Amino acid sequence: MKSNEITWMIGGPQGSGVETAANIFSRACASMGYQIFGKREYYSNIKGEHSYFAVRISDKTIRSNISGVTLMVAFDAETIFRHADEVITDGAIIYDSDLASVSTNEVPTLDEQFKNRLHDFLSSQNKEFTIQSVLDICKDKGVKLYSVSFKELLSKLAEETNNPKLKNMFRMMNVLSVSVSFGLLGMLPQTLLESIESIFAKKPKIAELNKKAANYAYNYATAKFAKFGNPLPTVSKEPNTILVQGHQGTALGKMASGCRFQSYYPITPASDESVFLESNDIFEVKDNRPGSTIVVQTEDEISAMGMMIGAALTGTRASTSTSGPGFSLMAEALGWAGINEVPVVITLYQRSGPSTGLPTRHGQDDLMFAIHAGHGEFQKIVYASGDIEESFYDTAKCFNFADIFQMPVIHMMDKFIGSTVATCVKFDPNQITIDRGKLLEKIDKKDYKRFELTKDGVSPRSKLGLENGIFWNTGDESDEQGHVSEDPVNRIEMMDKRASKLELILKTVPDSDKATNFGLADFCIVSWGSPKGPILDALDMLKNEGHKVGFIQLKLLHPFPTDYINSMLKDVKTIIDIEANQTGQLGMLLNTYLDRKIDYYVLKYTGRPMTSTEIYDSLKKILENKAEKRQVLTYGA
Amino acid sequence: MALKLSDFKTDVHNDWCPGCGDFGIMNSIQMALADLQIPRHKTAIFSGIGCSGKTSHFINVSGIHTLHGRVLTFAQGAKIANPDLTVIAVGGDGDGLGIGAGHFVAAGRRDVNMTYIIFDNGVYGLTKGQASPTLKLGLKTKSLPTSNINYDVNPIALAIASGFTFVARGYAYDVRHLKDLIKRAVKHDGLAFLDVLQPCPTYNDINTKDWYAGIDQMDQSTRTPKPRIYKLEDTGYDPIVHYNEEVELNEKVTQAMIKSIEWDNKIPIGVFYQNEIISSYHTRIMDHIPNYVENSPAAQPIAKDGKSITNISEILDTLRV
Repeated sequence: MKSNEITWMIGGPQGSGVETAANIFSRACASMGYQIFGKREYYSNIKGEHSYFAVRISDKTIRSNISGVTLMVAFDAETIFRHADEVITDGAIIYDSDLASVSTNEVPTLDEQFKNRLHDFLSSQNKEFTIQSVLDICKDKGVKLYSVSFKELLSKLAEETNNPKLKNMFRMMNVLSVSVSFGLLGMLPQTLLESIESIFAKKPKIAELNKKAANYAYNYATAKFAKFGNPLPTVSKEPNTILVQGHQGTALGKMASGCRFQSYYPITPASDESVFLESNDIFEVKDNRPGSTIVVQTEDEISAMGMMIGAALTGTRASTSTSGPGFSLMAEALGWAGINEVPVVITLYQRSGPSTGLPTRHGQDDLMFAIHAGHGEFQKIVYASGDIEESFYDTAKCFNFADIFQMPVIHMMDKFIGSTVATCVKFDPNQITIDRGKLLEKIDKKDYKRFELTKDGVSPRSKLGLENGIFWNTGDESDEQGHVSEDPVNRIEMMDKRASKLELILKTVPDSDKATNFGLADFCIVSWGSPKGPILDALDMLKNEGHKVGFIQLKLLHPFPTDYINSMLKDVKTIIDIEANQTGQLGMLLNTYLDRKIDYYVLKYTGRPMTSTEIYDSLKKILENKAEKRQVLTYGA
Repeated sequence: MALKLSDFKTDVHNDWCPGCGDFGIMNSIQMALADLQIPRHKTAIFSGIGCSGKTSHFINVSGIHTLHGRVLTFAQGAKIANPDLTVIAVGGDGDGLGIGAGHFVAAGRRDVNMTYIIFDNGVYGLTKGQASPTLKLGLKTKSLPTSNINYDVNPIALAIASGFTFVARGYAYDVRHLKDLIKRAVKHDGLAFLDVLQPCPTYNDINTKDWYAGIDQMDQSTRTPKPRIYKLEDTGYDPIVHYNEEVELNEKVTQAMIKSIEWDNKIPIGVFYQNEIISSYHTRIMDHIPNYVENSPAAQPIAKDGKSITNISEILDTLRV
């Protein structure tokens, strides 16, 4: 264990306040100057199923979770059954003392598959199927155990505060467990109280109650237990640090980019973004009246797509946000936006498919689908962000691409990014530019043609409501005016006009926007999207051991920047593809477009995000020439 | 300079079948627009897919020929983003009540201030005459291999149940009456629905112009046909919800529902139901965003010299640690 770094985990039934507890913990640690990287895992369920939050804190830059938990808090049996083996040898478990005698059969939410594996393991150790057995095994390994009676804590607190209701307020267990953790870790109680205050800012009564509970539990822990490990000190805070949730990057990016219309249909994990936009739908605009975003919850994703396109035709920057099943429904209208050259941005928060798949779990399954979505041959851009901070700036780029090249842009995000809570440098809206391309604000001539054939393939764009700018659109092939035409010569002209824009993209988008070069070496990783963080952390670990591995993060995935990628891979000897799907979809693209093949694949499709530890391990094997061509990662419950 | 009827015509070749009811509807729309004198660039016609979908190319205002079943989604998006536009959506009965039925119901609930006209002929014409959702059970039109096995949907009743606040029926061969209905629909504050009976001369050989004219039901005493079509307004029918009380609403909804069932020998046209007491979508938005209409999504400035002018610093401050 590094001195100033730990992974803290809290688990409990969905709806019991696990997320609130994690937010209190994260915010308190962040205000002590720590970098935070937290991930949330949950079932497709409202109440009762197991959910957990693993928060890694460090005084160094971190961009991922690592395998292993330093301090685990469990006030339900399931958390111990499922996660005890993740606690590292010199780690610790804070658990509710009532749980010791609970057996696996008393936990109805433990699924058979998991239970059978656990039973097999416990039998092999000659142990009974109880919490006590699991804890004993941990103890033998060197894990410290802190038994706390949360029930007793609650009733004592009720007594002390003269508030008998508290006795049965089991939701308070969350704040109690965070506070006990803080006490054990020797962290400042003041930051904890401030964090509670800020999280319950709109509910002062609840804040007060929680603060009392926090104080009580903190003092209880420091009085009863010896400190766990070295106390975590306050460290110097980077100025301009924010603690953001995964969906806030694209949501704030949309606001800053001038997106004023968002249509969506509820779907995990994409709708958080739309709800955030609606919660912040009125805002100040420099030297202008207050602005607003109209967020429309539609009857389905087909409608979300149609409404967005309709709004875009009025010159409004318009967008939708969805996940795989919703995007499937959008495919037909995507083609309409393609043939009619409508600038729209679809933010695609991928999750594990196919079909409903693992609806609340992570996956990068939809790269090939995004590139090929819709029937017929039409143009679109597929652009991928690697983390929350990037997604803010990329959102602005996506809107510019849409306007400049007049086509739909699919902004690839995923559940890993979506359910991450992390510290990063405050977003800077001054760094983004707004370029509306050939959108017209005024038309003088009378013979405006929406699809006028031009040298660069992009036609001046009118909008509904613009004087002298009447235009026609149709999903049929059309002439320059936008009227239906089945003429074979016109067909070639129009198909080629639209197709030529892909060349224009590759010619005019700067290389730095096509891919990020994190250094090149004989061994070089290619990846896209959320593996970025764990890869960078794994590379740091390898660097400390004197290994240099290169890394190219692809961002523009369609049209594919063949020349730029080829030029970077020129001297690379071994290419390693890392991505969160079964088939290595980026690898397929590279195998298609480049004049060479992927040498190694590191893939994960359990629905759980990659940790830097497992990427490090897999890279180590490759460097030592001990790796299979295809490694599949499995960490995470 | 005042706009003339000819200003609303394009020179795009019209390939509808001779005698098609669609011509009457298109002419009515053009006449209504000319009467309303709305600047051409401020009007947009959205259309679905099928014969009726071509309408947007024949009218000289912006025309957005969308996807099968999805016309209402595109049209609502445009109207919500730019409430200054006059938006008219058109489509067939298969388009709106078959593949697009979900959008029809959802649009009713929203009550966006625009007009939706269904060209109702009981068949899917452009795919050679399959039964559409409004074809009556048991009918066997010309190209059906067997008689229609499905019950028909009642567009008027469905519109009222869904929340449309102006529900009317027109007849494609009564162009003046239809023009007036369209004008009332466009002026209505809320979502207006017009079900237009439109004989398909090629594939619907049952609900023909002659059938609507009652050629098959001669009045023996006068030796003249008894026309099926009659006008609600000629019977003293009052479709308007006048005050905000349940008893009034019940009466107006019920009488409209009852009228909507009339079919075999007497078919009413005219306004069945109008309710401007229910607030339309844009006023509901304004309850929350007071300057929405004057500072709509389409009207809002978003950049100055290529830089964002949206202030997100307050939100960023709450995220600061």
